[in-house]
Amino acid sequence: MLFIDTLLIGLSSGAIYALMALALVLVWRSTRVVNFAQAGQAILSTYLGYEVMNMTHNYWVSIPFAILGGAAIAAFVDGVIMRALVKRSHKGSVSEIAPVIATLGLLGLIRSLTGMIWGNAYLQYTSPLSGKGYMIGQHTIPFSPQNLIIVIGALLVMGVFAAIFKFTNLGLALRAASFQPEISRLAGIRVDRIRTIGWAFAGAAGAVAGALVTPTTYLSPNSLDLLLVSGFVAAVIGGLDSLIGAVLGGLLLGVGFAFILQYIGTSVTFSAAFIILILVLFMRPRGILGSKGGRRDA
Amino acid sequence: MSALEVSNLSINHGAIVAVRKLSFTVEKGQLAAIIGSNGAGKTTLLRALSGLIPASEGTATWKGKSLLGQKPENLVRSGVAHVSEGKSVIPELNVKENLALGGIWRKDKKDVAIATEEVLELFPRLRERLQQSADTLSGGERQMLAIGRALIARPDLLLLDEPSLGLAPLIIEQIFEAVNQLRHRLGLTVLLVEQNAMSALKIADVGIIINVGTLVTSGQSKELLADANLRAAYLGY
Amino acid sequence: MRKSKSLSALTFLAIGLFLLGLSNFVDELRVYQGAQIAVYVIAISSIILLTGYSGQISLGHGALMAIGGYAAVLSYTYWHLPFLLAFTVGALAAALGGFILGMAAARLSGPYLAGTTLALAVGLPSLANQFHILGGEQGLSFDIGEAPKWISNKTGGDFTQYKWFFWVSVVCALATIWFIKNLLQSRFGRTWRAVRGNPSAAALSGINIGRSKVLAFTVSSTLAGLAGALLAMLLGLVAPMAFTLTLSFTLVTGAVLAGVTNLAGSIVGAVVLVGIPEFTDAVATHLGGSEKISANLPGLITSVLLILTVIFMPNGPKLHKRKKVTN
Ligand SMILES: Nc1ncnc2c1ncn2[C@@H]1O[C@H](COP(=O)(O)OP(=O)(O)OP(=O)(O)O)[C@@H](O)[C@H]1O
Ligand SMILES: [Mg+2]
Repeated sequence: MLFIDTLLIGLSSGAIYALMALALVLVWRSTRVVNFAQAGQAILSTYLGYEVMNMTHNYWVSIPFAILGGAAIAAFVDGVIMRALVKRSHKGSVSEIAPVIATLGLLGLIRSLTGMIWGNAYLQYTSPLSGKGYMIGQHTIPFSPQNLIIVIGALLVMGVFAAIFKFTNLGLALRAASFQPEISRLAGIRVDRIRTIGWAFAGAAGAVAGALVTPTTYLSPNSLDLLLVSGFVAAVIGGLDSLIGAVLGGLLLGVGFAFILQYIGTSVTFSAAFIILILVLFMRPRGILGSKGGRRDA
Repeated sequence: MSALEVSNLSINHGAIVAVRKLSFTVEKGQLAAIIGSNGAGKTTLLRALSGLIPASEGTATWKGKSLLGQKPENLVRSGVAHVSEGKSVIPELNVKENLALGGIWRKDKKDVAIATEEVLELFPRLRERLQQSADTLSGGERQMLAIGRALIARPDLLLLDEPSLGLAPLIIEQIFEAVNQLRHRLGLTVLLVEQNAMSALKIADVGIIINVGTLVTSGQSKELLADANLRAAYLGY
Repeated sequence: MRKSKSLSALTFLAIGLFLLGLSNFVDELRVYQGAQIAVYVIAISSIILLTGYSGQISLGHGALMAIGGYAAVLSYTYWHLPFLLAFTVGALAAALGGFILGMAAARLSGPYLAGTTLALAVGLPSLANQFHILGGEQGLSFDIGEAPKWISNKTGGDFTQYKWFFWVSVVCALATIWFIKNLLQSRFGRTWRAVRGNPSAAALSGINIGRSKVLAFTVSSTLAGLAGALLAMLLGLVAPMAFTLTLSFTLVTGAVLAGVTNLAGSIVGAVVLVGIPEFTDAVATHLGGSEKISANLPGLITSVLLILTVIFMPNGPKLHKRKKVTN
């Protein structure tokens, strides 16, 4: 019983990690930048959802707004700041760490801005669904309706992404542009624009993660920082280049965490993320199903 | 006025001048072979004509419109297709998807379907491998795929960069034959970059010989083939 | 060579005496800020050494500072070491942590290293909550006491604790810069530059790239540990909230502002970082702004500075790189 409970709770957090990992991988594939600002973008879109909910008093209405907001923020970040910088860094006129540092700066910027607007206090972004676990007979399992909606929501996002990537021209262009930008341009694809759309998808995934997970915790300018780390670890487990890998990595990490939490204790989760990351990097340097193009220096 | 006019064109890579004050013209419907040894600046020239890199001086016009300073994705849309050096396919996608890329921006989906069908007729080996990942194709098949994808855009100017690179003579002949057929059938103008001077000049109307970025000579390919001095110095046989 | 070395040692001595003398003529707040600047100089130089000269990125130096801080405080409290020795213990503990991290880092390229060190920065401080001995959220207090009599007597007047902090920090900072300067001119420095400039050529010429990177990481961590111990001294405590992710980011910002390969720039970076809260406080009070604004303005300005520097002066502060030669 305990085993099943732990597994369920792991799936719920794993679904959130998977969404974040998906966001990081989407950007990494097309831009070759780990977007640390992703946590900030997600938190900003969650605050947007929070505002909409305060106005409409309806959690479900607020989610699409958060998603659209997340996509718009991401498109803005790429179009206005990252695009030019990344180009210069690929050309070699700017060091390759410059874009990464810019995303850090953006993370800091968004955190401070949200702090200025909403304060650093913990806010409640509540869902109408109960956070109490389901009852099975006499036993309350630590898996609530909100957890269920997290899993369903995450699966939905992944399904939509998979369908877009596999079956639409946009998806084909997104894949082509991230694998071979130059050949894609020669085929007539407006790679810059497509890349920005990829960022928007990533922003949307991050926004879903934020809007779904926040009702189970609280909302503050840095309440998603940990999620950034977990998402990154999940993405690395999946090989950083693979969308399916990101999803699997997220789920694995979530379940792994749940068991550590259950059997070792809550306080080690943060360090656990770090240790798992190091272990993966040493033992499966390409992730569980990462593609070629190693993560090590040549 | 010729269809393709390149005049006084220079292209730099940083401090290196890869193409220097190059001028030549190609008539509509002609196949022009650009011949030169390694490092002559052939790839550089094509990359500038298709908008991938900027030129530092001179002009290049296609049907009166400048090719320079335009983005490659827009040039394709106005009929200039570039099959870049080294099998310009996307290995992570399968054959069908690679072909689909060729027409991805086109509104006329009916004609995309027709064009795709034509390509598959031209290169039947591709039809048998539609679901196969481009990564697993042989060199020759990849080149066919790359050319096929370019054709689906329905270009009127085709820039081909060393399609023979690394291929067996028999395959080279097949590909050249296909290119030759195409331009007669579709009225394509073709700029064919080759080190393989002999086979290229055989199908070409005109030849343009360059050496370290400058024009050596240009003329009817038959005359070039007959010129003993040229043969010894640049055509390598 | 020898001559220029002793000359530069003299210069350092002169700068040190000048600064220490200066501390007699400014008020307490400035003295304290001076000490902060000195600590930031050490921390920023440690990143410059790592990123600018060895080409590795670290977003986790806040965590290494935490190791240094905690180790120093623990050894001071439980082993009753003299504080300078406690600082050394702090630096060595961070060196050990850095060595282990460096082993991982040497095998990782850009994004992986950035993410791994980020995970460390987020994860490590929270360990304090797990082990009772580390004092949880409240942390542990740390008081190195007043300056010894033989120093305070000589200078006369009232020798405050802040002034004593200032002395200690400035001496450490100058020693650090002097050490790095010499290190960079040594065999190790040349090796790092070779590896950063052209890894494959360096490998071909017989340089062990992995070892050289681990060494850089270890040295850099040692300095970060020292900075952490000094920071604990200034704050009078070690606690998780002193070593947040924000600290790590701030240090990277400082290094970028300094110009990642410009050691002297670390002073500029440190001054800016210490100056920002001062400036924003003034602005916030002037605007009569709310707590929300004043609490977040420093972060906002730091971030904006970071972004603007990366976008507009990637070459001023030397994020510049040789032109990549493709093909
Ligand atoms: N990106 C680049 N940066 C610097 N120099 C370059 C670059 N690309 C090409 N060059 C130089 O420009 C010159 C011409 O190169 P180019 O690739 O155009 O030759 P090519 O005629 O296509 O040769 P090949 O037959 O070997 O393909 C060469 O000296 C080459 O080294
Ligand atoms: Mg070439």
